[in-house]
Amino acid sequence: MKNLLTFNRKTVVNSIGLILFLILPFLTKSFEQEYLISFFSMILIYGLAAASLDLILGFGGMISLGHAVFMGIGGYSVGVLAFHKYESSSIFGFDGTENALITWGVAILIAGVFGLLTGAVSLRTKGMSFIMITLAFAQMGYYFFVSLSKYGGSDGLSLYNRNELLGLDLGDDVTFYYICLAILVLFLLIAHRVVNSHFGKVITASRQNEQRVQVLGVASYRYKLAIYTFAAAVAGLAGALMTNQNEFASPELMHWTKSGELMVMVLLGGMGTLFGPVLGAAILLLMEYFLAMYTEHWMVVLGPFLIIVVLFAKNGLYGLLVGSKDKNV
Amino acid sequence: MSNIILQAKSINKQFGAVKVCQNFNLEIEKNSLHALIGPNGAGKTTALNLLTGLIKPTSGSISLNGNDITKKSVNVRSQLGLARVFQITSLFNEFSVRENLMLAAGAHQKTGYRFWTNVNRDKRLLEVADEFLEKVGLNQRSSILAGNLSHGEQRQLEMGMALATRPDILLLDEPMAGLGPGGSAKLSELILELKHKMTILLVEHDTHAVFSLADTVSVMVHGEVIATNTPEVIKNNQRVQEAYLGGVSGGAEC
Amino acid sequence: MLLFIEQLFNGLQLGVMLFLMSAGLTLVFGIMQVINLAHGSFYMIGAFVAATVTLHSGSFLLGMVAGLSVAGIIGMIVEMTILRQLYNRNHLDQVLATFGLIFFFNELTRIIWGRQPLFMDIPSWLDGTVEIFAGIEYPLYRLAIIFVGFIVALFLYLLFSRTRLGMQIRAGATNRDIVAALGVNIKLLYTLVFGLGVMLAALAGVMAGPILAVEVGMGESILILTFVVIIIGGIGSVKGAFAGALLVGMVDTLGRAYLPTILSLLLSSELGETLSAPIASMSIYMMMALILAFKPNGLFPIQSRLDS
Repeated sequence: MKNLLTFNRKTVVNSIGLILFLILPFLTKSFEQEYLISFFSMILIYGLAAASLDLILGFGGMISLGHAVFMGIGGYSVGVLAFHKYESSSIFGFDGTENALITWGVAILIAGVFGLLTGAVSLRTKGMSFIMITLAFAQMGYYFFVSLSKYGGSDGLSLYNRNELLGLDLGDDVTFYYICLAILVLFLLIAHRVVNSHFGKVITASRQNEQRVQVLGVASYRYKLAIYTFAAAVAGLAGALMTNQNEFASPELMHWTKSGELMVMVLLGGMGTLFGPVLGAAILLLMEYFLAMYTEHWMVVLGPFLIIVVLFAKNGLYGLLVGSKDKNV
Repeated sequence: MSNIILQAKSINKQFGAVKVCQNFNLEIEKNSLHALIGPNGAGKTTALNLLTGLIKPTSGSISLNGNDITKKSVNVRSQLGLARVFQITSLFNEFSVRENLMLAAGAHQKTGYRFWTNVNRDKRLLEVADEFLEKVGLNQRSSILAGNLSHGEQRQLEMGMALATRPDILLLDEPMAGLGPGGSAKLSELILELKHKMTILLVEHDTHAVFSLADTVSVMVHGEVIATNTPEVIKNNQRVQEAYLGGVSGGAEC
Repeated sequence: MLLFIEQLFNGLQLGVMLFLMSAGLTLVFGIMQVINLAHGSFYMIGAFVAATVTLHSGSFLLGMVAGLSVAGIIGMIVEMTILRQLYNRNHLDQVLATFGLIFFFNELTRIIWGRQPLFMDIPSWLDGTVEIFAGIEYPLYRLAIIFVGFIVALFLYLLFSRTRLGMQIRAGATNRDIVAALGVNIKLLYTLVFGLGVMLAALAGVMAGPILAVEVGMGESILILTFVVIIIGGIGSVKGAFAGALLVGMVDTLGRAYLPTILSLLLSSELGETLSAPIASMSIYMMMALILAFKPNGLFPIQSRLDS
């Protein structure tokens, strides 16, 4: 009976969330606050990145403090290809392009490959070392782009306009918003299936007791590397969307504080819930937004708030909403 | 010779300056029930950890079915047919009983990474899980979280998970420890049922249970096997009696 | 050749700074099993306080004393109020809470000192250059940093090998249960170790003041390098921190100085021009990856017995 109730409550919460996101553009229009739609697109994009982090952090128990680097790589993939399009030049023999099917695909691919390579090294370690190594690799990416003066260095790289996708006008904020929403929903559906599969169970089991998983005969390292790579690729896509949203790619996108913020989003929303991190992204961005209206020093409030959340609120907001401590979605 | 399934040859293991296993030799015959006994701190659990691959020996070699597995990882050894039941129960407490068994079942089905089918609808996993739920007598408790089982039931589930990997040889680390008389009897019954259908290495502190179950008994003292023979012979062995009765204190601990 | 020797000294100087940062932090990681991201904040606090006191009093030494004490006191308060709550929590909680601390300290610093970087002068008695070899002039101030770094290394060596406190700390890094069983006041020991680490970080910050801009965020850029040092050296090992710090300092300095030239010889001119600086900036991370591929626990792993 209790199972049925929580199931219903979860479905209700998720449906309300989806409906809310679907009608947001209409709401902003009727309240004549259209400028807010970009802000909501940001929430969706950060939500996508945070939910991908949740796959490795919440389900796999891998505390990565460098997830933003994959966003940065995705973001620069779009930026660099557009740059070469404007210049009519080529990079490694490929012409520049603004076709989203190509640029977003490249973003996913490169972020995924970088995830595979750095993951292969990082996952050899555990605990504190893993945290510090993921952070160091992310910082490596950051400094790489900061010193890459051809593409703007620390000033970043501006786009003249957003990518083209199958004849749709991505320059229109509402269209772009719905595309972000569609991608987020699609990802959540895929991820939901993955975490409930045998593969997903191995990942979750590794978080609980990795040695035991290995004694059962599972090469847990490969599973963890696979999910790490997948999460990296998705974060790459989020970065590609971010560059389109801002029409700007900058090293700040992969600064380690961004990785930290993604982590905060996952924790605020609820770890191992997939939907929670989207909520967490909304909370954190809204908090920043409103605090910034009162004081430019909003971080002096956010910092202690974080500490309090860590010390006292363990299940995240999504956990409160769906009323369940059960971490399995 | 070909009848030996698991063999450890002159194994030495040191942690820093502490020798926990010295010149450890063990041969286990296929489909036998072999017991490894010894006083507390003799190094029995360390020996099992060495056989399972959780720790690597400083020197010596281990072979399984004639293949050298000394340098093989834990999961590869499991794939080669070695299963382990832990002394300290280590289940996946956030999973249900059935999910624990499905995890073990899936580990040994060569179907690649199944990342799309929902586990609860994965027939190949469910069938194996149900088979072993039945076998260890937990069918009434299948949807309970493993963390909420009683101590005895957790042991049963541990056994079930090891069996669900369909091993050739089962390493049991003090399965009776902490069980009441009822639980002990149940487990003995299960072990008897498995006897001669697969190889079992039973590590026990309590010699009483061992002498009635085992075909062969090895005695370990101070990280070394001092005698291997039938239970009857071991019972009357002078050195064994000395080891158990004479002041064997601490030394190497495991 | 002259330039090369100068670069060697620069590498040594960076290495010494990194050692000051990592010696304390590696102990905090090793003994308390707590991951502290806010270590860089104490580096920053030390620098800001020292810069301000130096400006008003005109005495660099007074500034240094002030920087170390203020940072040390704040550090111990933070340990007693917040970090202590985190010792038994998982690493994720520790990461997030200390991340919150960084936000707090950075913003507080901005509120107090504003957004403009502060500048600190090299004290007059350390200004100028010295001839270290025939024909090689090297700034006296940087030499002094190297000297202080080695003095601290010697001090730590004596502390750990000769004193009771040092033995307890070392034992704590290997097995904290044993230390507790020996009846050592663990709480006090933790606070002292943390305070020591904080003061070393602040010392690095104060000494960096005159050669770098004193600004918000200065702690984080050196913190990442500190992490690389600790990973390479092995968590909890002061000896590892020393070796790792010198290695990272050298490789980073020499890499930035010479890799671009070498790469531009190897790569086509256009590609070399684009990629040489970025690749040079990645050199220490590649070194870290390489070392970890062979030694996942670092160069000097602390031996903790695998109890089963």
